[in-house]
Amino acid sequence: MEKQSIEQLQKICTQLRRDVLRMVHAVQSGHPGAPLGCAEFFVALYFDQLRHNPDFKMNGKGEDLFFLSNGHLSAGWYSVLSRSGYFPVAELKTFRKLNSRLQGHPATHEHLPGIRVASGSLGQGLSVAIGVAQAKKIDKDDHLVYVLMGDGELQEGQVWEAAMYAAHHKVDNLIATVDYNGQQIDGPTDKIMDLMNLKAKWEAFGWEVNEIKEGNDMKSVIAGLEKAKSLAGKGKPVLNLLYTEMGFGVDFMVGTHKWHGSPPNDEQLAKALGQLEETLGDY
Amino acid sequence: MSLDLKFTYTEKKDTRSGFGDGFLEAGRKNPNVVGLCADLIGSLKMGDFQKEFPDRFFQTGIAEANMIGISAGLAIGGKIPFAGTFANFATGRVYDQIRQSVAYSDKNVKICASHAGLTLGEDGATHQILEDLGMMKMLPHMTVINPCDYNQTKAATLAIAEYEGPVYLRFGRPSWPIFTPADQKFEIGKAWKMIDGKDVTIFATGHLVWEAVVAEAMLREEGIYAEVINIHTIKPLDLEAILGSVKKTGCAVSAEEHQVNGGLGDSIAQTLSRNYPAPLEYVGVNDSFGESGTPTQLLEKYGLNAENIVKAAKRALARK
Repeated sequence: MEKQSIEQLQKICTQLRRDVLRMVHAVQSGHPGAPLGCAEFFVALYFDQLRHNPDFKMNGKGEDLFFLSNGHLSAGWYSVLSRSGYFPVAELKTFRKLNSRLQGHPATHEHLPGIRVASGSLGQGLSVAIGVAQAKKIDKDDHLVYVLMGDGELQEGQVWEAAMYAAHHKVDNLIATVDYNGQQIDGPTDKIMDLMNLKAKWEAFGWEVNEIKEGNDMKSVIAGLEKAKSLAGKGKPVLNLLYTEMGFGVDFMVGTHKWHGSPPNDEQLAKALGQLEETLGDY
Repeated sequence: MSLDLKFTYTEKKDTRSGFGDGFLEAGRKNPNVVGLCADLIGSLKMGDFQKEFPDRFFQTGIAEANMIGISAGLAIGGKIPFAGTFANFATGRVYDQIRQSVAYSDKNVKICASHAGLTLGEDGATHQILEDLGMMKMLPHMTVINPCDYNQTKAATLAIAEYEGPVYLRFGRPSWPIFTPADQKFEIGKAWKMIDGKDVTIFATGHLVWEAVVAEAMLREEGIYAEVINIHTIKPLDLEAILGSVKKTGCAVSAEEHQVNGGLGDSIAQTLSRNYPAPLEYVGVNDSFGESGTPTQLLEKYGLNAENIVKAAKRALARK
């Protein structure tokens, strides 16, 4: 894929945000907040970083792979997958509807290209990504495996089982990212279950931690992901702490947990879309 | 007077060793076979594989949820992971991980569960899972296998390596008669009629197949001819074999080292009630936990041995 300019990538982000809002609005269900906050990450990954092939192969041999552990960000993932050629953009209109491949949370059951494992029940994606990374090591395939987790998701114990394992087994072809937006469905993470010092925690578990402080700035996200790549292959798994704002891009949705799992109504949708330029054509 | 058994044995061995030996052989046959274990390599008899293929074996530590997730990932990458731990930790502890990452995602993961049932013995009820078959058979896409002795377990292990899809393989700890042939071919989903009979059918699985063989000889001494069918595959269930036999005998007994609720007997009852209603008696654990003791003591106390199968057969016959 030929490299796109920062401006072009930013344009894809506004379209992704429009897609997400229109998708959750259409079925009056879903999770808009976090995918709005992760738009830059999704777009940077799929349009700039991944060495991938939209002609989908389940085993992903010879490709970089991405796993979405926090499956409730499905609307954002579906948008970026379709916009990068995995399936027709028009299919976004089937999101969360009966007989759709675009299930509420990602699933392989309906054979949607780009999805390799179901996610939604939290805490499982890091383990799966480690397994794929180890399969690549056995096959001497030097591509990378990426996984995104929510910060609230880190409250699941399995994540720390996986964290311990990846460092012990030196799974250094793995780049995990935590969407560090400080919000979860019941409120701010520090009120619900304080994550304390995440950087120190992951370092104590034996990971290389890479902070990406401006997670909603395309240039800084790309620079951060480049840095992460440079840290891979050195004996330690790599963790990006990606500082984002939930609901970023829409002034009345940003920085609160209130839009974690609630769709906008007609009026709110119109207001939100007014702040987001249609750059690639709505589905 | 000794019983006239239709199957006999000269040696006893644990079914987990059948798994361990089959696993090693599967690894030699197919370089994609890999192994994982959560700190029970010795108990699961996975050590020989680990020694021969250290790069294809992963110690996960005491972290079963992570082990299931990693197995799903290895399967995505084209490997055939055999994930081993005790049956209790391989099912109830990780049910959601199996459900989402393995069954719903249709991953080619082999969940290898040892020390199942009461015959685990002295460790007691914390480890004696009696609900695992039920949990696993409820999962769509899951194949559930519970072989009866060393030879059948080894054959089953080799067969699941060649089958594409999620499998739950259940085996155990005690030294147990080896009464099936070493050279058997294991066909997933195909019940094995071991003894022909006409009066009552005994459907048995796992260690209790041996008890059914003994029960058949005891019944024959009283002039009752029982048919013994080895249901090594709980799911998919061999409906044809079950219905064919009960149509002939007119009544049946199920025998399993598992809760009656949700076990093999439940599956057979469903089959019969839908197709050919007939008396069915259950030999299994009746809604209770186990306890410490020797395998023989426990099978006796909880009503799972040959004597109990004989009693159940007579109850079924009386209801014909």
